[in-house]
Amino acid sequence: MIRLPLWILGALLLGGIVHLSTVLAMPRAATQDAYSRLAQLTPVNAVVPLAAPSAQNTTMPFMDPAFAVVVCRYDLSSGALKLSAPLSQAYTSVTFYTRNSVAYYAINDRAAGRRAIELDLMTPEQHAQMPEEEDVTAADRLIIESPTRRGLIVLRALAPEPNLMVMARRALAGTQCRIEPVPQ
Amino acid sequence: MRLFFGSCFTLILAAAIGLGATWVTLTRGVAFGALTIGAWTAWPKSGSVDIDPYARATIARTGELPIGTGDGVAFYARSDDVGNALDGRCTFVISGMTPAARYWTLTLYDGKGRLVANTIDRHGFTSAEIVREAGGRFAINVGPRARPGNWLPSGGIEQFVLVWRLYDTPIGVASLTTKEGPMPAVSRKSCS
Repeated sequence: MIRLPLWILGALLLGGIVHLSTVLAMPRAATQDAYSRLAQLTPVNAVVPLAAPSAQNTTMPFMDPAFAVVVCRYDLSSGALKLSAPLSQAYTSVTFYTRNSVAYYAINDRAAGRRAIELDLMTPEQHAQMPEEEDVTAADRLIIESPTRRGLIVLRALAPEPNLMVMARRALAGTQCRIEPVPQ
Repeated sequence: MRLFFGSCFTLILAAAIGLGATWVTLTRGVAFGALTIGAWTAWPKSGSVDIDPYARATIARTGELPIGTGDGVAFYARSDDVGNALDGRCTFVISGMTPAARYWTLTLYDGKGRLVANTIDRHGFTSAEIVREAGGRFAINVGPRARPGNWLPSGGIEQFVLVWRLYDTPIGVASLTTKEGPMPAVSRKSCS
């Protein structure tokens, strides 16, 4: 009977390991994460507007209904991605997520400065392979490194009042995301 | 024989403890680095690459996309200032001021992050459409029945969640103190 506390102690230690490993494995095992949900609705490397959330239907939980949203689900396997987005009148933001929904970069219209947000998205390897002189001419373009090959770019435009939603959607409709094949 | 039973017991107990702890932490949304101001709690690190493993697992399970740090901060409230659960059958008043931000939105969800159906199709307010008193203060009534002024319908559901999102705000990961508030007060007025 003296052994029982030892068995329980072992169970606690082992239980801790089980707990930590399941928490760490969850992002890889999840089948209903944001990327999987959007993979059913969006083609790769194309801009797709998301339906406004309603009580009956929401693409993802906790979406802000005051925003028009477009998504570009990207795959950088065949080259870097160019993103250009015109700004709406109120507030526009661009957020970059990895395959596992980690927001690794976000920028808003004021930080972007001009009348449009223009960005180059590439993997660290693609960035390293960029010819140097091109790097200089591209100084006025923002270059962002994606930690993962695949991921999501989410553009949000605020409609400060419900009747301005049409304008916010129209502003985002001019968004482009396309792959620039790597020059060999 | 005793060794066999002991090992079986240990393994089953370990699986129960481990999976149980995972279940509890992920359904309750445990994450580190919480910033709590009154009834409101935000996890600013969840919108950056410094997101902790618990928040990552929770987000993967629910399927939501956290608001990026360069974009804004989201504050969640599931109870009022004194700890009463946000019951849709009661009337709550949200009043006061907000921290500095270019825009903010307030949205009402059910416990799973879905919008709540109501007759006037209103699910929240933005800083541009709120009706303010003199001095910039405001009061929002959250309840099942229509009220004059800023009325946010709660549809009479058992438990709702309020999310206050501040966009383009100086409140960031670097400067986290509760003095950064003031966040609006949430108080229960009456229950039907």
